[in-house]
Parts: sequence; C-alpha cells; structure tokens
Amino acid sequence: MSDDQKQSFDFMGFRKLASVISIILVVASIALLGIRGLNFGMDFTGGTSVELEYAQAPQLGQVRSSLAAAGYDEFVVQNFGADTLVLVRLAESGNDKLAQEITRVLEANGNELKLISSEFVGSQVGDELKEDSGLALLLALLVVLIYVGMRFQFKFGIASVVPLAHDVIIILGFFALFQWTFDLTVLAALLAVIGYSLNDTIVVADRIRENFRKMRVGEPWDIINDSIHQTIARTINTSGTTLVVLLALYFLGGEAINNFALALIIGVVVGTYSSIYVSANLLMVMGVTREDLMIPAKEGIAGSEEDEQPPEWLNRM
Amino acid sequence: MLNKYPLWKNLIILIAIVVGFVYALPNLFPDDYAVQITGARSSTEVDPAVLDRAVKALESEGIEVKSSMLEDRDALIRLTSSDDQLRARPAVQAALGRDYLVALNMAASTPSWLRSLGAGPMKLGLDLRGGVHFLLEVDMETAVGQRLDAVSGQIKQELRDERIRYRGGDVDGKRNIVVSFRDEASRAEAFSLIKRQYNEFLLDQETNGGEFQIILTLSESEVNAIRKYALEQNLTTIRNRVNELGVAEPLVQQQGADRIIVELPGVQDTAQAKRVLGATANLEFRMEARSDAPSSETEKFGFRDEPQRTARLERELIATGNNVANAQQAFDENGQPQVSITMDSVGGDLMNRATRNAIGRRMAVLFIEFRTETETKMVNGKPKEVEKRIVDKGIISLATVQSALGSSFRITGLDSIPEASELALLLRAGALAAPMYFVQERTIGPSLGQKNIDAGMLSVGLGFILVLLYMLLYYRGFGLVANVALTINLILLIACMSILSATLTLPGIAGIVLTVGMAVDANVLIFERIKEELKSGASPQLAINAGYSRAFVSIVDANITTLLVAIILFAMGSGPVKGFAITLCIGILTSMFSGLMVSRSIVNMVYGGRKVEKLSIGGKLANV
Repeated sequence: MSDDQKQSFDFMGFRKLASVISIILVVASIALLGIRGLNFGMDFTGGTSVELEYAQAPQLGQVRSSLAAAGYDEFVVQNFGADTLVLVRLAESGNDKLAQEITRVLEANGNELKLISSEFVGSQVGDELKEDSGLALLLALLVVLIYVGMRFQFKFGIASVVPLAHDVIIILGFFALFQWTFDLTVLAALLAVIGYSLNDTIVVADRIRENFRKMRVGEPWDIINDSIHQTIARTINTSGTTLVVLLALYFLGGEAINNFALALIIGVVVGTYSSIYVSANLLMVMGVTREDLMIPAKEGIAGSEEDEQPPEWLNRM
Repeated sequence: MLNKYPLWKNLIILIAIVVGFVYALPNLFPDDYAVQITGARSSTEVDPAVLDRAVKALESEGIEVKSSMLEDRDALIRLTSSDDQLRARPAVQAALGRDYLVALNMAASTPSWLRSLGAGPMKLGLDLRGGVHFLLEVDMETAVGQRLDAVSGQIKQELRDERIRYRGGDVDGKRNIVVSFRDEASRAEAFSLIKRQYNEFLLDQETNGGEFQIILTLSESEVNAIRKYALEQNLTTIRNRVNELGVAEPLVQQQGADRIIVELPGVQDTAQAKRVLGATANLEFRMEARSDAPSSETEKFGFRDEPQRTARLERELIATGNNVANAQQAFDENGQPQVSITMDSVGGDLMNRATRNAIGRRMAVLFIEFRTETETKMVNGKPKEVEKRIVDKGIISLATVQSALGSSFRITGLDSIPEASELALLLRAGALAAPMYFVQERTIGPSLGQKNIDAGMLSVGLGFILVLLYMLLYYRGFGLVANVALTINLILLIACMSILSATLTLPGIAGIVLTVGMAVDANVLIFERIKEELKSGASPQLAINAGYSRAFVSIVDANITTLLVAIILFAMGSGPVKGFAITLCIGILTSMFSGLMVSRSIVNMVYGGRKVEKLSIGGKLANV
C-alpha cells in the first residue's frame, strides 16, 4: 500500500472494461427485474395464518423442523397466548387445504393437535410504504445531487448519485436472478447500502478535489488515478472490516438475517467498486477540470496554493 | 501546544461517556409481565381505590402480584409469569367493570434511581420478544348501512329539488331503500332520475296497496366493493393511528375478509393503544331542528356530559369527521381545551352551504363512539368473555351560528385536555370507514425461534470482535485507540436509542453492528492520513495533527451527505423505513463524535505534549 506514488497502479486503465461490465450488469438487472421480478416475502404478499391447539405444549423448534422437512420454505411459528396454542403463518395463500395439510404434517410426529382456525392474512406493508419510500428515495437522491453539486461541483453531484442507482439496481438484479426472498430486512439492507456507498464515493471524490487543487500540473487522468491510489488502503480496510461483520452475520446469523447479510455483502462489494469505476469514471467521462474545482476568487490565490484549510475551530480541537 | 486537549474538552467527552453509559444501563434489566389499567374514556382517571380493588381481585384468584404502581393516568400491576398474566386480565376486568380498560403489557424493571433520570431500556421487537396481539373485526353491516343511509338522504334531497312528491325513502330491512309515490307519473319521473344516477342499485317497481313504489337493492358486487373499501380504509386508518401513537415496529395486517390484526411489541402503552385503536370516534355536524319540523325528520340526543339534558336535531347531516383534513388540540381564551378543525374542500363547502342560510340557528356537534364492552358470562358452566357492541352518541356542543362557517373552525365543550388531544388524533389519523370491535387479545411469542435469536446474537457479537481484532492487528496502538472509540460509539448509540425508546429487531441489531463497521471508517481515514504524513517526512506530532485535520474534511463531507439521505428517509418514509432512518442518523452522529473527538482525546493523552520518536500505527511505517 505504501508504494511510491509515481508507480500508482493504473486504476483508470481498466475504465473502459469496467464501463462495459457496469452497463451489462445494470441492463441485465433491469431485464431480470422485468422478466422474473422479485420474489417478495410474506411481509409484502401476506399468506395464510393457521392456529393450532396441542394437547401437550410442543417444542417450537420441532414444529419448525417438521414444517421445513415437509418442504415449506417461508413460515413463522409462534406461541399464541398459551404454550399449547401455536400460530403458524405461511407465505402460501389461496389454498383451502393448506390448514389440513399442515395439521397432518404436524400430527405425523405423534402429536395430538386440533385445528382451531385458518385464515388468509394480507400484507404487512401498506401501499403507502411503497409509494412513500420510493418518493423519499428519489428526493434523497435529488438532495444529494444538489448538496454535492454545491459543496463540490455539479459534475461530482452526478458522479455520486449515479453509483447509488447502479448499486441498488444490481442488488435487485441479484435478488431477481436467484429469486431470493425480498422482505423488509432486505429493504433495510438496501437503504444501508445507499448510506455506505455514498460515504465511500464522497471520500474518493474528496481526495480528487483536494488533489486537483494541490497539484498544479498533471492531467485529470493522473490526478484521479493518484487519488484512488492514495485512498485505496482506506477503501480496502473499511470494506474489509464491514465485510468481516457481514460474513459473520451471513454464515452464523441463521436464516432470519441471511438475506439481509447477503444484500449487504453484494452492496458493499458493488459499492466499493462503483466508487472507483462508476464515480471516478464518470468524472473522467464528463471531463472534470482543474477550473471546475478552483476555490472562488474572493478567498484569494493564496488559498488555492495549498489544500483546503480545515475550519479554524478545528485547530482548537 | 500541539496535540494537547484542554481540560474542559476532556471533561466534556468524559461527561458524554458517563451519561451515555448511564442511559444505556437499563438495557441490562429484564422486563416484567404486567397488566395495565386505564380509564375506558380518556377523562376517567385511575385512583388508588381502583388499584386496590384490582390487586384484591388478583389475590382472591391466587395470582401472585409482584408489585403494583399508580402512574400518571394509569396503573401497572407486575406479575411473575405469562400464565398469571393471561389469567389476571379477565379477573381484573371483571372486578373493575366497564369504566376501565385492562390490557396485557410488559413493564421495564429499570431501578428507580435510573427511572428518575428518565432512563429506560430499548424495547425488543415482535421477532425477538413477541408482544400483544389484537384482532379487530370490521362491522360490515354498519358499513353497508351507512352507505344506504347516505344514498337515501341524497335521493330524498333530489326528489325534493325536482318537486316530485314521495313518501318513505328510508332504508328497509337490510339492503333496500323503498320510495313510494302517489301516482304512476311521479314514479316514472323518479325512476328515470334514480336510474340515471345510482347505477350501483338494482331497481324494481311494485304496486302495493295503491302505492307506487320503487325498490332500490344494492347489488352483490356493490356490497362486496363497499366491504372491500371499508376494510382497506380501516387498515390505512389503523396504520396511521399506530404511527400517531409512536409505536415502533408494529404489525398491522388483514386477516380473512373482515378482520384486522394489530401486533404491538411489548413494553408499550398497550392500554392507550387499545383505546385509540378501537375508538371509532367520529363527529357529526347537524343543525338543531326547527320547532315546527315533523318528528320523522328529527332525532333526540342527550348531551355527553349531562345525559338528562337533550336537544332535537335534524336527521340530516351537514358533514362528518370524514371531511376533516386536519385537527389540533388547542386552548380557547378561557384556557379550556378545544380542537381546531380544518375541513377538506368538500367539507368546507358543505359547512358553508348549510350555515349560510342558518345564521341565528344553533348547530350541534355530535360525538359518536362505537365501543365494545367485555362481559363475562357463564356458558355451559364455564366463564366466557362476551363482547358487546355499543354505540354512544352525545352532543358535545350546541352553539349559535354567528356567521357562515368556512373550512376552519373550533370545537369546544370537551371535558379535558387528554380528551381533546385524543379526539384531534382520531380525526387527524382519519376516521374508520366502519366501526371495529375487538374480538381477541392475546400475548404472542417471538416470531423467531430461540435458535435463530441465539445465532443472530452470536454472529453480531462475533462480527464486532472480529472488527476489533482487525483494527488491532492492522493499526497496533492506534487500532487499540480506535477500538476504545468504537466501543464508546456503541454505548452512545445504545444510550440514544434507549432515550428515544426505539424498538430493536434482529435486523436492527445487525444494523447497529453494521454502523459500527462503518464507524471504523472515520478512524481508518485518519490513520491512513497520519501514515501519509509520516511518509512525506512529517514528525510524529505534526503527522497526528495534520492527519486529524485533513481527514476531517472528508469525514464531515461524507457523513453530512449520508445524514441528509437519512433525514429525508425519516421525514418522508413510513413504518420500518422510518425506524431504520433514525438508527442511521444516530449512528452517523455518534460515530462522528467518537471517531473525531474521543479517539483524538485518547491519542492526545498518549502522545500529546511530549517528544515522540515513533508511532505505533502498524504497517511498514514503523521503520520510516
């Protein structure tokens, strides 16, 4: 990591290849979303709720494993009021015989039980969640565009919003391709990825800005390359620590957070990649120049000689 | 002096850490099973005598009472087990009667010295702990009936406008409106009028004892549409109400064709939730009847706070609470509680049209409440809870119309501030399209199995430890500093979430650990900068100073941008998205504090103010 700066790894040398890969991934993801769609979880689709009464209090773990063994893949088993009453919720709906099937499966273990009721249940997520969240996300992207545009420069605004869309679309593409269950935890993961990827992108962009102001000579190509090189140790370490947590969650966390961890693992990998090959790449394409980042004249030419001074109050910290 | 914090700055950091630690502490104490008692109306208070009766009832049932406590407006009785809790609720309800609501709850066992500081634990979500499960049934007959009443009113109005003489026009039996006419000509005229406007009805003509009748019957598909609409509208309203109550991570879903499940995680104000969820309070605005009005067009109502006083009102409604766009609790000039109401455009028009020609007459605001009362009856020798449905209609204000009303006005005549604010909440969250009744209340176990919870917790703990190890191995001494800062970050995050009494679900916990993973970023940025500075030949002291101050810009830029996203998601999102946004906001703020201030403070204490030859920051730099 501490190689001489003159021998910076030629990150931008791969930018054409990376662009092709990104475009293929995004287009494929959109196509997959259109063709296969997402496999929404019970939170979104609703299902069937079956209430059972056991003669003797059952072990819920056993109830779960019998259901899993019988081939049901998305279900929730919980005690309902008393320890002999069990509520089973399944993603399947529109099957009148489901309750009888469940009862038979569970009776097979020699348990004595009685079917109390079975009813269709609706989605846990209101329509307003979908609408509000979509709108909130669009507005959030717009505000990022404006904020980064003001704080950096308009081209940087674009270069920080496009990678976010890129990352989210690719994660959704994976979920569509493998038909992994998309539930509320995955939605939360998507939001976390947006936060993570944005953070990553801004750190790289910040260094690019700093170097443009500091280095009086050099082509944008070299400056961007050097900036990525200088931040790569940080990028790898931050992604590394985050991935360590996520791998622990994925392998040991059990099925309840499997898909959450999976979405984040893809998100962190894609997000790290996109902060270099989508964001910096876009800056190259849009032709960012030194003039774009010059500090306004009233701060004086002296100000642009050095990198941006931290605020005065910081020196007191 | 370079790299030396003044004492006051270290003190501020120390105080923040101590406060954080204290507020995070209540999470170490487990919750108790409890039943909560509150007045059935928000103006009814629970006094020591009531609590005493409840405790006596439990003792006579042989249920062990751990402790009982009177709080602001309600009482909490702690019990030792969930079985006791289930038996206790009907026992207490029977002893107290219908003026009080008894609800299952979980109570935090935070020691009193912590409670006196306002500290309390985070709540565990439905997936980890379970909670309280309510099943509500939508009264579909009333939904259909209300629709028929409305149509019958409209038809009568139109017939009057067209000067067609009619008789009847009221709802008959279940789904019919029967209008009678004296001759066939008026019937034919009315028939074409009705047919044009009400195509959701099946029309029939009959001649009955010299009367020419039109019978309007609601078609089956229309009945289904009304039911569907009522259920969807109620689902939306219930979601709004749960959100207005500030219950985090609830579950609201449809069950079957006419029922709604509401599940709330434990340690919430379940009694208030129950009252507000079930409250089908609505308002009706009606004119007082003229003294010469025929009795078929008037109805007599009592006043809500003095039932013996009555007034005759017109049957016809001006508008209802469904036309309310916004409602806020406020005070009038005498300091009495009132509700300021803003009607939507339709409501404003209706109000204006009705009051324009009625200056000097009196207008009544009718408060309508649908409630259930639980009665314990003996069925086959076993006590069985029977829900009885009750509709209360009472006048809350009868005031002279001084001038034509528009879309904004105030309602006075409410008993108390809680009542006014609850009415405002109910109007704001939207009226229910049809009344609802509680049909079931149960505790519900965690939706995740113990195995899943254990695995989740294990992976979260392990993930955190792995991050600490990674940092320690890579950055050595500075890694240790980062680890202390990260741990403090975690404590502060938990403290903030406890103060906000956020609800913790398994993905939420994973999210917290993830913010920790991301909080590492600030330290990594700083340490890499310090390394760069060292490499370019700066002395250790200068490198530390420059590292912190140069990384500052990146850290602040990156975090503020992310914070903006989190704030927008919080302001506009709903349900789980909102909850996630709060965690993200707090996580960003605490990680900035710990990454910039806490770690700097420790580094200053270790290296500051003395001559340093070498920094323990790992990598090849050790021999620079």
